[in-house]
Amino acid sequence: MTAAAKKKTPAKTAAKKPAAVKAAAPRRNEPMLGADIIVQALADQGVEVVFGYPGGAVLPIYDALFRQNRIRHVLVRHEQAATHAAEGYARSTGKVGVVLVTSGPGATNAVTGLTDAMLDSIPMVCITGQVPTHMIGSDAFQEADTTGITRTCTKYNRLVKATEEIGPGLHDAFHIARTGRPGPVVIDIPKNLMNIAVPYEGKTKFTRTTYNPPVEANETAVKRAVELMAGAKRPVFYIGGGIINSGPKACAATTKFIRETGYPVTATLMGLGAFPENDPQYLGMLGMHGTLEANMCMAECDVMICIGARFDDRITGRLDGFSPNSKKIHVDIDPSSINKNVRVDIPLVGDAGAVVAQMAKAWKEKRNTPDKRALANWWKQVDGWRAKLSHYYEKTDKVIKPQYALERLEALTAKADRYITTDVGQHQMWAAQFLQFREPNRWMSSGGLGTMGYGLPAALGVQVAHPKALVVCVTGEASLMMNIQEISTAVQYRLPVKIFLLNNRYMGMVRQWQEMFHGSRYSESYMDSLPDFAPLAEAFGIKGMYVDKVAELDKSIKAALDYDGAVLLDIRVDPAENVYPMIPAGAAHNELVLHPGLSKKKATALKLDRDQV
Amino acid sequence: MNDIVYSETTHKPNAHRHIISAMVENETGVLARVIALFAARGYNIESLTVAEVDAKERVSRITVVTTGDDMIIGQIKAQLERLIPVHSVYDLTMECKYVERELALIKVRSSGAKRVEALRIADIFRARVVDITTQSFIFEITGECEKIDTFIEMMRPLGLINIARTGVVAVSRGPSNLRDKKKFTSS
Repeated sequence: MTAAAKKKTPAKTAAKKPAAVKAAAPRRNEPMLGADIIVQALADQGVEVVFGYPGGAVLPIYDALFRQNRIRHVLVRHEQAATHAAEGYARSTGKVGVVLVTSGPGATNAVTGLTDAMLDSIPMVCITGQVPTHMIGSDAFQEADTTGITRTCTKYNRLVKATEEIGPGLHDAFHIARTGRPGPVVIDIPKNLMNIAVPYEGKTKFTRTTYNPPVEANETAVKRAVELMAGAKRPVFYIGGGIINSGPKACAATTKFIRETGYPVTATLMGLGAFPENDPQYLGMLGMHGTLEANMCMAECDVMICIGARFDDRITGRLDGFSPNSKKIHVDIDPSSINKNVRVDIPLVGDAGAVVAQMAKAWKEKRNTPDKRALANWWKQVDGWRAKLSHYYEKTDKVIKPQYALERLEALTAKADRYITTDVGQHQMWAAQFLQFREPNRWMSSGGLGTMGYGLPAALGVQVAHPKALVVCVTGEASLMMNIQEISTAVQYRLPVKIFLLNNRYMGMVRQWQEMFHGSRYSESYMDSLPDFAPLAEAFGIKGMYVDKVAELDKSIKAALDYDGAVLLDIRVDPAENVYPMIPAGAAHNELVLHPGLSKKKATALKLDRDQV
Repeated sequence: MNDIVYSETTHKPNAHRHIISAMVENETGVLARVIALFAARGYNIESLTVAEVDAKERVSRITVVTTGDDMIIGQIKAQLERLIPVHSVYDLTMECKYVERELALIKVRSSGAKRVEALRIADIFRARVVDITTQSFIFEITGECEKIDTFIEMMRPLGLINIARTGVVAVSRGPSNLRDKKKFTSS
């Protein structure tokens, strides 16, 4: 943490604290209370901040936190928000996000965020309090079978049964969370163990022989993959969040390698920013709301190089229609991702960064030479798809189009040190389409689980990690309402997040599907009694703003960005706007529907484009 | 334990019976982890056995009989290997020759000629009598599943009243030790 960040620690709270009883620096093997071991182990892991909410079963830990000043605690307003804040912190820094919640409801409230982190491979350690060991199984007050409940939504979890296990258990948890395919780890600690003093051994080595994630891929397979790539006539790179998890260096190396090949590249929602989006080789995002050029390249390619992505159903569309004529290379650190949805020809199991380095080396030594004429033809085809203007929308000065609002946000913040979080729905897809990411770790969005309510707490986590940066939470009114209480957290810690609320009074994506697939019967997708968000924000203690005129949009955005503190900007947008392009559910990925306004005819599936191949 | 989870995967055209053997660390909840994985992902469990096989190293062997096509069996292996306390997983059916055994205790209640016939058939199957009263026998029988199935069918008309089966255990033939195999080594 920078000195500036330390200064941001709220003066108010600090002042209220009585002179802290400073714990003396612990000597090795000196007996310490379980609660102090927890805090010491976190410090030994380099943890700077913990997101949490106190309760009966974790009071000894909160007492230990009170007696020290190395680890900062951010008090959220709901445990789910603690997990999302930790995700935002982790995703924007590459470090492990840490959560501390109490037993029972504290743990069950954290389940959504744990599942979210599991599906998006976010490193997280969640410490849950548990009732005392002698009461486990007695349906005690605030008892829940936390390890049972979180077994399938964590990478690993365990119930600690002796104070001696706390230290090694936590160090193992961090190792498991951050290595291999990252994910959430839950450590469930009974309250009585926190009050027992045992020697603390310091940072222990990970000794389990059962866990040994792969790093480099099989060298022969790498050579085969590179020869296949070099012989391709219609290649495409398909990259995802795995590269971002591998780190900024891996992203830079991948970018360099892709540029050396000159092949087109598309990124998943989780992979945005891994490759600079302003590069001419970049095709935009692929998948259900991806660009025509990205999806058509995937459909028509002869060699697909998938790095750190997992052939999710939102990418593939109908499986039997997915890129039927291509050879597929799949780089993934998780062997269970190989052949899960789509059968691949050459699996390369290893860390994305390490395998790309292997591939780049093999590329220099390859025997095959790329067919320049075939590639030129391929790019010509790509240009043809690009000319169809996937991100078209109808501009008007009568009502603010959500796409226009995001275009203006992009224009007014492009040069800033900017981090974007989103919630889930239409605004999320528009943000992915209309904002540009040139670096990794700048885009935080709930991809796999699609958790409404993710955006605001994630933004708080990002802002805690990057106190000086511009953090914008692009959200919709329905998503925001799911965790709106977290504005209060922003106030307490003076986190100057900008809430960019695209308010269309509908659950927009639900409404869009109802319009398209359920005969425009808008069943329960309209909220009749939404609050007036600007005064609501003011009531929380941040700045609230409102805009509904196109002409005033720029001025409002600038004012929100310039304001020294958190702002909620309520932007009243066109309630009837739909996200295009779209692969309808059950359709193949080349049956993408473009904006109806693009042609006078009905929106048609673009099968016609196949004729060009 | 037939169709303990979802039975959809059982009757696919390319589905075959596989014996999966997993060496796992004998820690709390490891069996729950394995079962939760099968339930959550819709894989079938036809039989399941688990017991510690190395007390010093705290290693247990879990033997699962399951059904699926190649892609599903591949997934089951990969998903099991992904679990932190799992040492190694192998598909005995595909990776080696193996010996497979199951044990069953079968109670038959009958009298007169049926009682004699039950004893005679038990002798053919090399089943042992482990409990006897004037009205009943308990037979202990070991063998491959099919042998036990057949024995049960033979006993049905002779007064069969209770069946207890252990589920399949299996081990590879020959001198090799599949336990030496580590996770993630094959590509």
